[in-house]
Amino acid sequence: MAKSDVKLIGAWPSPFVLRARIALNVKSVEYEFLQETLGSKSELLLKSNPVHKKIPVLLHHDKPICESLIIVEYIDEVWASGPSILPSDPYERAIARFWASYVDEKWFPAMKSIAVAQDDEARKAAVVQVAEGLALLEEAFQKISKGKSFFGGDHIGYLDIAFGGFLGWLRVTEGTGGIKLLNETKTPGLLKWADDFAAHPAVKDVLPDIGKLAEFSKVIVAKMRAAAAAPAK
Amino acid sequence: MAEVKLFRTWSSPFALRIVWALKFKDVPYDTIFEDLANKSPSLLQYNPVHKKVPVLVHNGKSVSESFVILEYIEETWKHNPFLSEDPYDRATARFWAKFGDEKVLPSILEAFMSEGKEQEEGIVKAKENLKYLEEELKGKKFFGGERIGFADIALGWLADYEGVFQEVTSIKLIAEDEFPLLSEWKRTFADAPIIKENWPPRDKLVTKFQGYREANLLKKLGT
Repeated sequence: MAKSDVKLIGAWPSPFVLRARIALNVKSVEYEFLQETLGSKSELLLKSNPVHKKIPVLLHHDKPICESLIIVEYIDEVWASGPSILPSDPYERAIARFWASYVDEKWFPAMKSIAVAQDDEARKAAVVQVAEGLALLEEAFQKISKGKSFFGGDHIGYLDIAFGGFLGWLRVTEGTGGIKLLNETKTPGLLKWADDFAAHPAVKDVLPDIGKLAEFSKVIVAKMRAAAAAPAK
Repeated sequence: MAEVKLFRTWSSPFALRIVWALKFKDVPYDTIFEDLANKSPSLLQYNPVHKKVPVLVHNGKSVSESFVILEYIEETWKHNPFLSEDPYDRATARFWAKFGDEKVLPSILEAFMSEGKEQEEGIVKAKENLKYLEEELKGKKFFGGERIGFADIALGWLADYEGVFQEVTSIKLIAEDEFPLLSEWKRTFADAPIIKENWPPRDKLVTKFQGYREANLLKKLGT
């Protein structure tokens, strides 16, 4: 398949874009990465995702697919001959989708709360929430991985990709806050998983540099905090 | 004992999706009605993370989150599929289902739960979201094309609950002139046998949502 048949509109810091990139890498799909500039949205993005105007957008033969996890499933289905991203058993697929949904709807919003917390007390409460979420994910990891390196077993799968997309931000949050969210006592499985995931061939070249991400996060967090502190209309 | 159990409430639009899906696939199941103010130990055991309905239990194994359940049903009982085989069409259906829950539903609820200027602004927002659905229906009978599909099941609550909101607030969100395709879709979808037979009782729904609205307005007064 020609490289130009597959394009991904995205940006290097985005955990959602990262999911799509990892999925494409797992399938060894060649693609053109169209990097958006922070603060402006390209014509192509606005045309390809008029509803949300957000990245990532996968363009396959110029047809747009939006929403990161929908993109990951699409990639799994189209390049079916490559390594499977979702497990084959319907119940295992349901478990993977359930936890991916949990990460997006509960865990990541709690992570964002740490960043926008207006005071120490709020920050501490947010950290507790995130830690509780990680405890649940640790338990899930122990059950699902069955002693292997990844949620997907020997290979990275849907839940590795869904959760792993946030690894960079997790590291930055740890660094900025001087906290160890993944640790030997509470999350030994996830602690090792994080290293294995980051080192995986499909991941290591697209995982953002933590230093660069930390710098970038200062800009983003400042914006988020300003928006959160703005008085309601 | 049926091998399939569905934990639900009589009024939850999310649980209704699962009722429709199971009936489309002709899957026999037992219903366990939950009182969310007094959750059963079984529910807490089967959905410890969210403690919510719907929960599907199949051969003792539980699946939670309505879209996750729908995909599970689709993959386990393969006849009468509600997702196309084509990956692009599947992605499109999933997109609109997600849009329904993340944008359409909250914006309609917000308009429903407010009054005055806040409600006016809420209605504008809700209609912006509905416009996207109207666009998507161009040239199609259902979101799924000729037949009811995944996105129809996901958005189907709109076909009845919009009427509930109208009865409570006297506001018609989906007017014929503004949303001709969506209006037609509502009628056709609501008229499909499986759908028609399973709407929760309208008067009970109106009373319940009236209660939600009043409680919410009171809460707002207090802040």
